[in-house]
Amino acid sequence: MADAPPPDRIPSALSLPKSGKTFPFVWLVPAVALIIGAWLAISHYLDRGTTIIISFRTAEGLQAGKTKIKYKDIDVGLITEINLAPDFSGVIATAELVKGAESRVVEDTRFWVVRPRVSGSTVSGLTTLLSGSYVAMDVGKSSSRSRVFTGLENPPAFTTDAPGRQITLRAEDIGSLDIGSPVYYRRLQVGQVAAYELEKDGRSVRITCFINAPYHQFLTSNSRFWHASGIDMAVDSEGVRIKTESLVSIAIGGIAFATPFDEVEPSPIAKDMVFELHRNQARAFRNPDRLSDDYILVFNQSVRGLQPGATVDFRGIVVGEVSAIHTQFDPETKQITIPVEIKIYPERFTSRMLGVRPTSGRLGTKGKFMADLVDRGMRAQLRTGSLLTGQLYVALDFFPDAPKAKLDLAQAVPELPTRPSALEDLQQTLVQLANKLERVPLDTMAQDLSHTLKTVDTLVKRLDTEMAPTLSEGRQTLVELRKTLAEVSKTMNQATTTLANAEKSLGPDSALFSELQDTAREFSRTAQSLRALADYLERNPQALIRGKGD
Amino acid sequence: MSTTAASLGLVSCHTCNLVSRTQTEEAICPRCSSHVRFRMAGSIGHCWAFLVAAMILYVPANTLPMMLTSSLFGSSDDTIISGVLFLWEDGSWYLALIVFVASILVPIGKMLALIIILLSVQLPGVELTPGRRARLARTYRVIASIGRWSMLDIYVVGLLATVVQLTALASVRAGPAALAFGAVVVLTMLATESFDPRLIWDTVEEENGRRATA
Repeated sequence: MADAPPPDRIPSALSLPKSGKTFPFVWLVPAVALIIGAWLAISHYLDRGTTIIISFRTAEGLQAGKTKIKYKDIDVGLITEINLAPDFSGVIATAELVKGAESRVVEDTRFWVVRPRVSGSTVSGLTTLLSGSYVAMDVGKSSSRSRVFTGLENPPAFTTDAPGRQITLRAEDIGSLDIGSPVYYRRLQVGQVAAYELEKDGRSVRITCFINAPYHQFLTSNSRFWHASGIDMAVDSEGVRIKTESLVSIAIGGIAFATPFDEVEPSPIAKDMVFELHRNQARAFRNPDRLSDDYILVFNQSVRGLQPGATVDFRGIVVGEVSAIHTQFDPETKQITIPVEIKIYPERFTSRMLGVRPTSGRLGTKGKFMADLVDRGMRAQLRTGSLLTGQLYVALDFFPDAPKAKLDLAQAVPELPTRPSALEDLQQTLVQLANKLERVPLDTMAQDLSHTLKTVDTLVKRLDTEMAPTLSEGRQTLVELRKTLAEVSKTMNQATTTLANAEKSLGPDSALFSELQDTAREFSRTAQSLRALADYLERNPQALIRGKGD
Repeated sequence: MSTTAASLGLVSCHTCNLVSRTQTEEAICPRCSSHVRFRMAGSIGHCWAFLVAAMILYVPANTLPMMLTSSLFGSSDDTIISGVLFLWEDGSWYLALIVFVASILVPIGKMLALIIILLSVQLPGVELTPGRRARLARTYRVIASIGRWSMLDIYVVGLLATVVQLTALASVRAGPAALAFGAVVVLTMLATESFDPRLIWDTVEEENGRRATA
C-alpha cells in the first residue's frame, strides 16, 4: 500500500441516483418460515387424533409405538404407551387414533388383541405371525363417546354391524362347546357360539350365540335348543338309534335349534329372553313345563327303588316327577311316614284340552280339576318300572273301588291320596288267604274224613255179604222174565198176524194203519230196549242193586 | 495503518471484479453493467432475516418426524434425535456420530456462529482485537464451506424413500420435518452468503480513520 494507483487509470462507474428506502422484502422470508413452521406444527397436532385408554389383562403381543389398532384391517390408530395398571391387575395401553376415528369410539366399541389362534373350529390371525399382533376394533352403536375401554380377552364371534340376532341360552353345563362352535338349523350352520360364562350362582352356564341373517327370522319364543355335540345314541324298543348333526359337530360340538311350527302363537323374542339348552333333541321337544303343581304322597310301604327324578306317569304318559323323598315323624301318633313330594305339570294333562289352557298355578280354578279327578277315584300308586333294577315310579290311575278320599286344597302342598301297589295288594291278599287257611281245622277235618271212609268201607262189606242171596233171587227173576218175554214174543207174533189182518182190513193209507204202524214201531223199540236190558241184566245182574255202572 | 478501497472511493464489481471509481453509494459497473456497491446492500438485515427464518424452522425440523417407515414388522416415525438414538443404541455409534454432527451440531453451530458474527459487527460497544477479528473471519470461512454438508440427512431420507418402496412389504416416506430441515439448511446457507465478511474489518478501519483524523 505504498503508492496509490494513478487515479486516471481507474474507470469511473456510472452513477446511480440514490434510491429511496425500499421495503425490506427479505423479512418476508422469516415470516413465511414462521407460517410454514406453524402450519407444520398445527397440522401435525391435528393429525394426532384422539387418545384413548384400553385396559388388557396382559400385554402379550403389544408393543408401545408399534402395535396398531385396526378396524376392518385398516389402520386407525397406534398404541403409544403401555403401563401397568395401578393395582397390577393388568396393563393399560394408551392409544392414539387417527383423525376422524374419534366419532367411532363410543361406549360399546370393543377392542381385542388379534393373535394367531388355532381352536377346534377356527384358525384365525395367522397373518399376525409375521406382522405381529394388532388390536382390532369393532365400532359400537351407542351414541355417547367414551375414552376408556376394557379390551376383550377373546375376539368377538361377530361384529356389531353383522346382520343377525344374538340370543342367550342357559345350559346345565357347557358340554364340548367353545367360542365359535357352530349353531345348526336343519343341519345348516346358521350361527356360532359367541361367548359363555358361568352364571353368578354357579348353577348353570350362560351361552351367548349369534344367529346370522336371514336365519334369525326362524327364531321365535317357542324355539327349542339342544346340544348337538357328539353322538346321541339310544337303545330302546325300536332298536339302536344313533343321531348326529355333522362330522364337525361330532368333533367340536355344536348347538342345534328348531322351531315347532304348530305352536299356536309364535311371539317374537323378548330382549332379555333366555332359552333353555336341552341335553338332546327329545328333551328339547318335550312340552315345556312352565307350570308345575306340587303334591305330597304318603306311602305306608317301602320306597326302596324310588328316587328323586323318578317319573310320575298317568297311564303311561309322563306327567311329572318325584322331587323329594323325606321321612316324617309324627310325635303325636308316634308314627313315621314317608311323604314323597312330586311335581305335576298340569299342561301335560291338558295339552289337547281346548280352551283350558292353564294360566297359573293349579289346574282349573284352584286345583278343582285335580280334586275332581280324586273324587272320581284317581290315586297314586308305586309301581315297579323295571323288574331287573327294581326301580319304582309313581303311577296315577283311577281306582273306582278305592275308599273315598278328598284332596285338601287348603294345604300349601295338598296330599294326593295313595293306594297300595298292585304287588303289595297281591301280597296282602295272599297273607290274608294264608291266615284264613291257618284258621281252617285241617286236623279234625282229616280225622273226620278218615272216619267217614271207614264207615263207607264197612258199609260196602256189609253190602257184599247181605246182597249175595238177593242176587240169586234176581237170577231166578230173570229166568222168569225170559219166559215171560218168550210169551210176549208169542203174543207179538199173534199180534203181528192180527195186525196183518188189520192191515188188510185197514189198508196201508188209513189213519188207523199209520197209527198202528207208529205204535208198532214204538212197541218194537220198547221190545228192543227190553231185550237190551235183559241182555245187560243177564251179563251184569248186580246192576239191579248197584245201578248201571260204566 | 491501512486504507480501504472504500475510503478511496473505489468499488469492485462482484461479477467481473473490475475496480471502478464512484462517488455514489450505488453505481453500475462500466464493463458488465452489474450493480456495484461498496458493501453488499443490507447485508446484516438479510442475514438476520434468513437466520431468524432458519431458527424458526429448526424447531419443527427437530420435533416432527423426519422419516416414516412402515413394514410388515411394524411402523415407526423417526425424528432426527430418535434416529440418532436408535443408531447409537444399535451399536453404530460412528454413524450416530456422523448424523449427529451433520444434522444437529452443524446447523446449530452455524446459526450460533452467525449470530456471534452479526452481533460483533453490529453492536457498537464491542471491542474487536485483531486476533478476534481473525477468528471471526476464519469462522465465517468455515461455515461458508461446510454449509452444503449438513444436507446429509435429507440425502439419506431421499435415497431411502426412493429405494425402499416395496409397497406391500415396506415403505419409507419423508416426514414433515424433512421439509423444515431442508429449509433450515438452505436458509442458513443464504444467511451466510448474504453476509458481507468485509464488514468485520470496516469497524477497525473506521476506528483507524477516527484515530488518524484525531
